[in-house]
Amino acid sequence: MIDREEMHYDVVVVGGGPAGLSCAIRLKQFSPDLAVCVLEKGSEIGAHILSGAVVDPRALDELLPDWRDLDCPLAATPVTDNWHWVLGKGKHRALPHAIMPRFMSNEGCYTASLGNLCRWLAAQAEALGVEIFPGFPAAELLYDEAGALRGVRTGDMGLDREGNPRPDFQPGMDLLARYTVLAEGARGHLSKQAIARFDLARDCQPQIYGLGIKELWDIKPENHVPGRVIHTQGWPLSESGSWGGGFLYHQAEGQVALGFVTALDYKNPYVSPYEEFQRWKQHPSIRAIIEGGKRVAYGARVINEGGWQSVPHLAFPGGVLVGCAAGFVNVPRIKGSHTAMKSGMLAAEALAPAVAQDRRGDALEDYETALRSSWIADELKLVQNAQPMVAKFGGGLGTVLAGADMWARSLLGFGIARPMAHHSDAKATGRADLYKPIAYPKPDGVISFDRLTNVAFSATNHDEDEPCHLKLADPAVPVNVNLKLYAGPEARYCPAGVYEFLGEGAETRLQINAQNCVHCKTCDIKDPTGNITWVTPQGGEGPNYPNM
Amino acid sequence: MKVLVGVKRVIDYNVRPRVKADGSGVDLANVKMSMNPFDEIAVEEAVRLKEKGVASEIVVVSVGPAKAVDTLRTALAMGADRGILVQTDEPVEPLAVAKLFHAIAQEEAPGLVILGKQAIDDDSNQTGQMLAALWGRGQGTFASAVAIEGDAVTVTREVDGGLETLKLSLPAVVTTDLRLNEPRFASLPNIMKARSKPVATKAPADFGVDITPRLKTLSVAEPAPRKAGVKVESVDALVEKLKELGVA
Ligand SMILES: Cc1cc2nc3c(=O)[nH]c(=O)nc-3n(C[C@H](O)[C@H](O)[C@H](O)COP(=O)(O)OP(=O)(O)OC[C@H]3O[C@@H](n4cnc5c(N)ncnc54)[C@H](O)[C@@H]3O)c2cc1C
Repeated sequence: MIDREEMHYDVVVVGGGPAGLSCAIRLKQFSPDLAVCVLEKGSEIGAHILSGAVVDPRALDELLPDWRDLDCPLAATPVTDNWHWVLGKGKHRALPHAIMPRFMSNEGCYTASLGNLCRWLAAQAEALGVEIFPGFPAAELLYDEAGALRGVRTGDMGLDREGNPRPDFQPGMDLLARYTVLAEGARGHLSKQAIARFDLARDCQPQIYGLGIKELWDIKPENHVPGRVIHTQGWPLSESGSWGGGFLYHQAEGQVALGFVTALDYKNPYVSPYEEFQRWKQHPSIRAIIEGGKRVAYGARVINEGGWQSVPHLAFPGGVLVGCAAGFVNVPRIKGSHTAMKSGMLAAEALAPAVAQDRRGDALEDYETALRSSWIADELKLVQNAQPMVAKFGGGLGTVLAGADMWARSLLGFGIARPMAHHSDAKATGRADLYKPIAYPKPDGVISFDRLTNVAFSATNHDEDEPCHLKLADPAVPVNVNLKLYAGPEARYCPAGVYEFLGEGAETRLQINAQNCVHCKTCDIKDPTGNITWVTPQGGEGPNYPNM
Repeated sequence: MKVLVGVKRVIDYNVRPRVKADGSGVDLANVKMSMNPFDEIAVEEAVRLKEKGVASEIVVVSVGPAKAVDTLRTALAMGADRGILVQTDEPVEPLAVAKLFHAIAQEEAPGLVILGKQAIDDDSNQTGQMLAALWGRGQGTFASAVAIEGDAVTVTREVDGGLETLKLSLPAVVTTDLRLNEPRFASLPNIMKARSKPVATKAPADFGVDITPRLKTLSVAEPAPRKAGVKVESVDALVEKLKELGVA
């Protein structure tokens, strides 16, 4: 038995993203004496945050009303110019604003790096007395005898590949709390366990995801229009009948953040979200903007796309889910940071009185009730059919119908369809014999790059000598099932080239280059039989994103 | 015996440095910064000396911006006792740092000063040597083993041809090489404790040191991208190619 140290808190928050930090700030605003800590697996706050981002300041206005006067990086670039392009091969058509519902206009929004916003939020939280521990992942959930969550165990450091202690072994410790807030973001690995253990998804649709892959570019000053934001749909995913789209935001310091989201319910197993993104950059309308510029950072992260009907129950004995760990993304707006923040605040508003009443370990139903009657609910219900419409009717007709449905809801207060259903992304994957391989163009090294070159721009790192953090339930499945039936999709969907099939014939095997992992969580979602489980590696490892 | 250790806040070794568009330097805005890896080794060595009962107190010193206090806290979490931040936003050159360490060494009278052999941002590899000269003490650079015996330290050095062993009388200056030790991970309770350990903030002027740079950076540029190689089919083709390039 390892002797583990313990520390006691009123509230332990797992994850230093917008949701977790807003929750911690709100707690201290309510009750300055509460003992609150935030655990973050990245080497520093922001190191693992990857977003667009165009941020709706609604939640921030409520949390820290004078944020514009506090040197907040969000204030630098208001959205000035908003475009929605439908891409065809080699051309684009701008959708007139008149046919888009008003809330799609990004009026009053700002574009910035969400990681930098989190760095700023962390400084606000620390000033209020929140203890923030970057480099310490919550690796395990701890339960009391009654089965309530009573805290988390941080990850062990210094285990070798076989899991034996090295000379620098440092055991994880137990952080015990009255309540634990799971703010791990999309597909949190502990959130996934809590959702299963407490059957939190019993009344909702399965969660579905998109994989967002992003680059940050310094572009030529003459091409840069601070505050201009562009969203695209259509090409190149239209060619494989998949769904998704691109974004390109002109941000501060002459940079553009550009990325491409591929819905992970794609059927053709030959689709490579990474190559789709590289191809998208070659579209003349996109290329024209970045040509002559320089890529300075790369990364990837999944985003929830299930919408309101996929939101699970939020409170369970001893804990709550906030932010994308539950999934409050407004899909047509591709925005989840404001709802993440708001959900963290609502959780805090239920947690603080509960602690004041000396309670612990119960399920905070007040939080769930408050959330389901908050503006998050209003906003998400308005758009809840957008994704399923597109999934059902395809990118063309679906987008029109989804638009019509949103119009109807925003103007008339009712939609044209009832809440629609989802199917899990893993099960959507089709058999390889039903599809044709896709011939993607070779990278030119100027606009498009090969995957491994790009991974170096995520500054990701993992110890060579530690247990692999990508666990296979059955080691035979990759070759016997995935390769045989689905042509080994993990070799293509992973945006960091972690999965590689080596050898031929009977010698074929899957090599897992876990060191390249950028913590996007796609493999945990898209593996056809759910054979891969993502767990936290050693603290402080993974990407080191600068302004993502 | 008191041990003085230098720690510098540098761009993290995992990060690809990005040259600013105007060529004036490396962009550090929101870039992950960490303790210079060689300094981590220096701190670890000092902590091991303390655990062995050889060192009685470990003082860590950083010269740099206000944020360098994070670097000092990391060293305190690893086991150092107190910190001194010599705060400046100016670029600091090895000579200025050596002068500051010299002034601090005179004040603190350590038995041993351990520094990294170089900082991975400017790779100067000069500070330890300059400090030893200013202070008039022996130096054991590129140490891969350090042993204290009485009032002397035996330093095994990594030199081009192999290993060299020196014996220096104390006080002395040692600079660390990669193989000296494997730095420990700081535990959460130790990080907490480090938050209440004392850190004194000083200015270079407090030590009467003028840190005005002696060097002027004209421009900073990224290395030219390496040209892709060519594959040749046979030995003959190789020879042919080499002739073509004028190397054979
Ligand atoms: C490509 C892309 C573009 C987007 N664009 C926009 C946009 O323009 N506008 C917008 O509003 N939203 C956008 N979003 C969505 C937005 O990023 C998310 O909704 C938001 O980040 C969710 O916040 P969160 O705090 O719930 O989770 P996250 O931001 O994911 O933060 C979770 C944090 O918890 C940490 N963590 C996770 N597990 C653990 C653990 N076990 N232990 C310790 N730490 C852990 C993670 O490292 C991370 O720092 C985009 C998302 C993507 C992927």
